[in-house]
Amino acid sequence: MSRMPIVAALVGNPNAGKSALFNALTGARQKIANYPGVTVERKAGRLILPTGEPVELVDLPGSYGLGSTSPDEEVTRKVIMGEQTGQAQPDVIVLVLDSSNLEQHLVFAQEVIELGRPTVVALNMVDLAERDGLVIDPAALQAALGVPVVATVAVRRRGLAELGAAIGEARDRAQAHELTPRPHVTLPERRMLAHEIANAAIISETAKHRIHAKLDKALLHPWAGPPILFALLFVVFQAVFTWATPFADGLEAIVGSLGDLVKATLTDSLFRDLITDGIIAGVGSVVVFLPQIVILFFFILTMEATGYMARAAFLMDRMMAGVGLSGRSFIPLLSSFACAIPGIMATRSITDPKDRLTTILIAPMMTCSARLPVYAVIIAAFIPNDKVGPGIGLQGLVLFALYVAGIVGAMLVALVLRRSVTKGAASGFIMELPKYQMPTVKDLAIGLWQRVWIFLRRAGTMIFTVTIALWILLNFPRAEPGQDQINASVAGTLANGLAVVLEPIGFNRDMSLAIIPAMAAREVAVSSLATTYAVSASDDEDAQAMALGDQLKSRWTLPMALSFLAWFVFAPQCLSTIAVARRETNGWKWPAFMLAYLFALAYLASFATFWTATALGLG
Amino acid sequence: MTLDQLPLGTPARIASVDWSTLVAEEAQRLQALGLDAGARVTLAYRGVFAGRDPLAVEIGRMTVALRRVHARAMTVEPIIETARA
Repeated sequence: MSRMPIVAALVGNPNAGKSALFNALTGARQKIANYPGVTVERKAGRLILPTGEPVELVDLPGSYGLGSTSPDEEVTRKVIMGEQTGQAQPDVIVLVLDSSNLEQHLVFAQEVIELGRPTVVALNMVDLAERDGLVIDPAALQAALGVPVVATVAVRRRGLAELGAAIGEARDRAQAHELTPRPHVTLPERRMLAHEIANAAIISETAKHRIHAKLDKALLHPWAGPPILFALLFVVFQAVFTWATPFADGLEAIVGSLGDLVKATLTDSLFRDLITDGIIAGVGSVVVFLPQIVILFFFILTMEATGYMARAAFLMDRMMAGVGLSGRSFIPLLSSFACAIPGIMATRSITDPKDRLTTILIAPMMTCSARLPVYAVIIAAFIPNDKVGPGIGLQGLVLFALYVAGIVGAMLVALVLRRSVTKGAASGFIMELPKYQMPTVKDLAIGLWQRVWIFLRRAGTMIFTVTIALWILLNFPRAEPGQDQINASVAGTLANGLAVVLEPIGFNRDMSLAIIPAMAAREVAVSSLATTYAVSASDDEDAQAMALGDQLKSRWTLPMALSFLAWFVFAPQCLSTIAVARRETNGWKWPAFMLAYLFALAYLASFATFWTATALGLG
Repeated sequence: MTLDQLPLGTPARIASVDWSTLVAEEAQRLQALGLDAGARVTLAYRGVFAGRDPLAVEIGRMTVALRRVHARAMTVEPIIETARA
C-alpha cells in the first residue's frame, strides 16, 4: 500500500526552539522558498519515520496566538486552518513548547489543541529547564492536555525518534476517528488553565539560578551595554577584513592559475579571450569574496542563535525611537548588512505599516555583503595597509567608516521620512527577549551553507550571464587598428555618454561603464572592471599580468576611488532589492521613490567626496 | 503606582491596565505575552538614554521589552514577600 507522505507542521511561540528541532529532524534535507503571494519564508524538509514512512515537515513562523497581528503570524494561522494556498493542510500539528517557559507557551498551545486537529506536543529544551532547576513530568502534561507529549532536546537529538513515531501514530488515529473540536475557552480562562497545568506538571523547581539573568546584567547594563554592542560590531567588521585575507588570497591564486591553464591549453582566439577575460576574470573576481561573506554571516547567525540579537534591538530602541522607528527595525536593518532582500522580508514582523515602510525604504543603505567586493577591491588598492593602533588597521577603519556612513545616512533619511511621507503615530516596541543559548555547530553550518549556496548560485547564474553579455558588448564592434577597443565597442559608447553626466563626480569612462551592469548586482562592478581592463590590456602582455588592484591604481586617482566608494554607499544598484520592495509595498510607487532618492543621495555624496578630496590635495 | 515607576527588582502584581490608552494591536500583543491584570511582574532593566526607555519586564520565566508608554498604562501593586517555609 503506497500512501501520500504525512504532512506535519511545527507550530509554537517564538523562541520555542522550532528551528533547531526542524534542523535536527530534517538535517540538511531542507527547501526554503516563499509562500505564494507573500515573502514569508516557507521552510520544508523531509524525514523518514522508523516505519519507513516519509513525512513532509513544515516549519511555521512563531506565533503568540491565532488572532494574528503581523503578516507572518497570519501565515501560521492560515496553514493550520488549511487556508494557505500552496500548502496542504497539515495532517499532524507538532506543537513545540519551551519547557523552561511552559506556562506562557501553554496559552497558545491550548488554542491550537482546541481546534481538534491531530496534535503532538514536543516538550522541547528539557535540558535548559533542568539547568534552571526545573523538572517537568511529561506524563502529567499529557494527561492534562489530552494529546501525546514527547520530551525532546533538539540540539542533542534526544526524543527525536519518539517524536517521529508519535507523529505517525497521531495520523493513524486521526484516520480511524472523526476529528472533534473542543469547546472554546476565552483568553483569561486559558491563561488560568495554563497556570494550573504548568504547576501540576512541574515536579520540582529550585531557586532560580539563571545564567541568562547574569549575562543580561552586563549586556543590558545601562552604561556597559551599548559600548559592548559597538565593540562587538567593530570586531565583526575588522574580522571580515583580516580573517578572510588568507582564504581570499588562496582563492585568487586558484582563479589566476585557472586562467593561465586555459591560456596554455587553448590557442589564441576570441573564444579563449571570452573564457579568460570574460568568465574567469569576471566570475572569479566575485567568488574570491566568499570568505568575507561567510565570516559576516557567521557573526549575524551567531548573534541570532545566541539570543543576543534581541538584546541589540533593546539597546538600539531608544536611538531608533529618536528617528521615529523602534528597536524592531534594528533586526531587519542588521540583516540588511548581509543582504537587503532578507532584511526587507524580515520587516514582516513589524506591526505598524508606516514603521515598516520606512524600514523598507532605508534598508538598502545598510552595507550589504554585495558591496564588500567593491569596497574590498578599492580599499586594498588605494588605502595603505597601515596600523593606526593596536589591532586596528587603516583599511579596516575605512571599511568601518563606509558602514557608518550608510547607517548615519539611513537614520537621517528615516528622520525626514517619518516627518514627511511616512508620517504617523510614534511606533511602539514590544518584544520577547529570548533566553541565551549556545548555538550548535549544526544549526550554524546549515544557515551558513544556505547563504553560501545563494551567493555561489548568483555568481554562477546572474553574474555569469551579465559578465558574458558585458564581454560581448565590450568586444563588438571590433576596433580599427590603432583604435581603443573599449571606445569602439557598444558598451564603451554607452559609457562615454553616461560619463558626461558622471564627470562632475569624478567618474571616468571605466567607472561609468562598471555601474551599468552593476544595476543587476553591486558586485558585478568588480567583475566589470576586471573584464574591462582585461579586454583593454589584451594587446599588452605586461598590463595583462597586473592584478585588478594594480590596474586600478595605475588608472584612477585617490579622489576618484573615494568618490566611487561614496557612490556605492548609497546607490540602489540591485534589481532584486527593487523587485522585493515592489512586492512588499504592492506597487511601483515606493520602489520608484526609493530609486530616485538613493540615486540623488549617491550623486551628492560622490560629488562632495570627490571635490573635498581634490581640495585637500589627495589627488 | 504604574509599572514604569516600579523600582528595579521589586516583585509586583498588575492591578489593572488602561487598554484605552494603547494602540489595539499593541494591546493584543501585550495580552498575548501575558501582561494583563493579575500577572506577577518584576522590572528588570531600564534604558539609559533620555526618557529611560525602553524597559525590560520579567514575567514568569520570560523577559519582555516594552516602552514606557505601555508601562504607564499598567497600575501595579508591589508584593510584600512573606517568609516561606
